[in-house]
Amino acid sequence: MDSKLKIKMRGLDVKVFYGGKGALHGITLDILENKVIALIGPSGCGKSTFLRCLNRMNDTIEGALVTGRILLDEEDIYDPSVDVVELRARVGMVFQKPNPFPKSIYENVAYGPRIHGLAKSRTELDEIVEQSLIKAGLFNEVKDRLHDVGTSLSGGQQQRLCIARAIAVSPEVILMDEPCSALDPIATAKIEELIDDLRRNYTIAIVTHSMQQAARVSQFTAMFHLGNLVEVGATDTIFTSPQEQRTQDYITGRFG
Amino acid sequence: MSLLSESHMKPLTRNIGLKRRYRAEKRFRAYGLIAICTGIFFLGALLWSIFSHGYSAFWQTSITLPVRLDAAVIDPQNRRDKNPQVLITANYPILIRNALSEKLSIAPDDHVGLRQVNRMFSSGVRVQLRKMVFDNPQLIGTTQTVTVLAAADIDSAVKGQINLAVPETKRKVSDRQVEWIHELAADGSLYKAFNTGLFTFAASSRPETSGLGAALIGSIYMILIVLALSLPIGVAAAIYLEEYARKNRFTDLIEININNLAAVPSIVFGLLGLAIFINFFGLPRSASLVGGLVLALMTLPTIIITTRSALRAVPSSIRSAALGLGASKIQMLFQHVLPLAAPGILTGTIISLARALGETAPLLLIGMVAFVANYPRTPMDPATALPVQIYMWASEAERAFVERTSGAIIVLLMFLAVMNIAAVLLRRRFEQP
Ligand SMILES: Nc1ncnc2c1ncn2[C@@H]1O[C@H](COP(=O)(O)OP(=O)(O)OP(=O)(O)O)[C@@H](O)[C@H]1O
Ligand SMILES: [Mg+2]
Repeated sequence: MDSKLKIKMRGLDVKVFYGGKGALHGITLDILENKVIALIGPSGCGKSTFLRCLNRMNDTIEGALVTGRILLDEEDIYDPSVDVVELRARVGMVFQKPNPFPKSIYENVAYGPRIHGLAKSRTELDEIVEQSLIKAGLFNEVKDRLHDVGTSLSGGQQQRLCIARAIAVSPEVILMDEPCSALDPIATAKIEELIDDLRRNYTIAIVTHSMQQAARVSQFTAMFHLGNLVEVGATDTIFTSPQEQRTQDYITGRFG
Repeated sequence: MSLLSESHMKPLTRNIGLKRRYRAEKRFRAYGLIAICTGIFFLGALLWSIFSHGYSAFWQTSITLPVRLDAAVIDPQNRRDKNPQVLITANYPILIRNALSEKLSIAPDDHVGLRQVNRMFSSGVRVQLRKMVFDNPQLIGTTQTVTVLAAADIDSAVKGQINLAVPETKRKVSDRQVEWIHELAADGSLYKAFNTGLFTFAASSRPETSGLGAALIGSIYMILIVLALSLPIGVAAAIYLEEYARKNRFTDLIEININNLAAVPSIVFGLLGLAIFINFFGLPRSASLVGGLVLALMTLPTIIITTRSALRAVPSSIRSAALGLGASKIQMLFQHVLPLAAPGILTGTIISLARALGETAPLLLIGMVAFVANYPRTPMDPATALPVQIYMWASEAERAFVERTSGAIIVLLMFLAVMNIAAVLLRRRFEQP
């Protein structure tokens, strides 16, 4: 890989066990700053599991055990000295199913900045909310009804609201787990556009089942299979001349 | 195209048992309807019987008449300045008897008549006039307009609850008394008024001066104690068990025990309260504090169970959303999970409070079946409770107590209805985002 690119996050021999059963069998993977990395692979291969390791959401799953090391800016995020709350403020997450809080659109976005004390005044908070909604490409659609409940939006709008909510805390990395799986092609296109914009300021890891989407939005692609990393590389290379037969089979639709 | 669709078309007459399935559904709907109608019928019968017996308890016959507070009766030797005791022991009912017999023009030597006049009004007038005179001795010698309660039998007669066709010797109201009732009613001095006494009087052996006052206060004390104890403890326990405790043998055991405790008959909690609070800690018997503690113990398991299921019903996506944004666990719980679980918690709490309000058995064991003639001033004073008062009145034979029993049941049902409506309204309010 290009040497002038900075490594933002790095997984070293990451293994995950759910109740003693292995789900990831030693993943070593770099995530480069200001790039989009797509995680692909057949269902159940551990993409979501790996993503959840990156902001320690696996901690909230009973019986989950993570071994190995994950570095964020060269610092091990599983180190006891690392505060998980602070970590999650730096590594945000957008979930597969839109999950806005049953509160107003404004409150949804303002929640993160508020708990982290990012705004010193009401106007500053308003500013953060507006900027986040603009960045998420939702502002024009909701600017007249910021105080309506977030759950009253359409599915695609809700997902963009969740993205706005995630970027409102100014994370360094955004993890997206199949953010478009519940959306129609137009909403999907909007979110893909958005991901491309966000890349300038953030590092993004996205799980997707759509090869086209991976090809469109990502610069790097990692192929998972049965809890192992099959191969990782520049998206162009992976899609045109994969090294592994399994990758070849998966992207041409022969399994998965 | 048409060829293809024709060849793929299934015959329309294929038997997939539709008729049978629809019949089954219709049958099921009919069963449901029958079940609901039966339920409504019994509920209606219950309410009708209670209301038809009890509504008259909210009215009470009173007699208003001018009474001369004769010094010769109250204080014949004029010693009241030296010895206020005479004002307490004076024979006040005589004053009313005199006033009433004067009004009905009964000769002073008609002893039978005078005795019957005496039974027209409640002997509670002794207390009433004593208080009046004691508070203001200046009134002695003047004539005051006084409203007194009619005696319970007269009240029953006025309400038409006494069968006048029965021979006079076999009923409690004589023909002369009936005549007087008509005479007094004709000039408006005998009338039925709203029975405030039902809510203000404490226990009494005379139906007309007995009321729910002490029981209401006792019940309110107990409900407040139950609310203050079991809501915070129950919710805290539920949050701990649901959100923090590790799942292991020990917590499984606790969980099973809580579920079992919720099913323990309430009288067992009464025994527990008797053994622990009264015999061990030495708290007073019949006190609403002990009653409240016992009822709090009884409602705790229910509150814990309903709170836990309300917490569990909060979608995990909301939890992930909050945690994913970097909320700490306590922020997630208090800012997202609890507000969403609040309607469920509140409904559970109010319903178990309502159950506690109607609970009798455990209170019997801790001595709350008591004749409480004075208002309990603190939760440590002897008190009784609404359902216990109903239980006590139900075992009295007099017609007026029968009426009061149903009246008290109506009051209790009103309280329960108000609490349940409050539960519904709160739930609606909280569910609005
Ligand atoms: N909470 C959990 N408890 C137990 N096992 C789990 C849990 N989550 C995931 N697993 C297991 O871990 C393995 C990987 O799951 P994961 O959700 O990471 O797959 P995935 O690649 O995201 O699949 P999909 O594309 O269907 O979302 C699966 O075998 C799954 O059964
Ligand atoms: Mg997944």
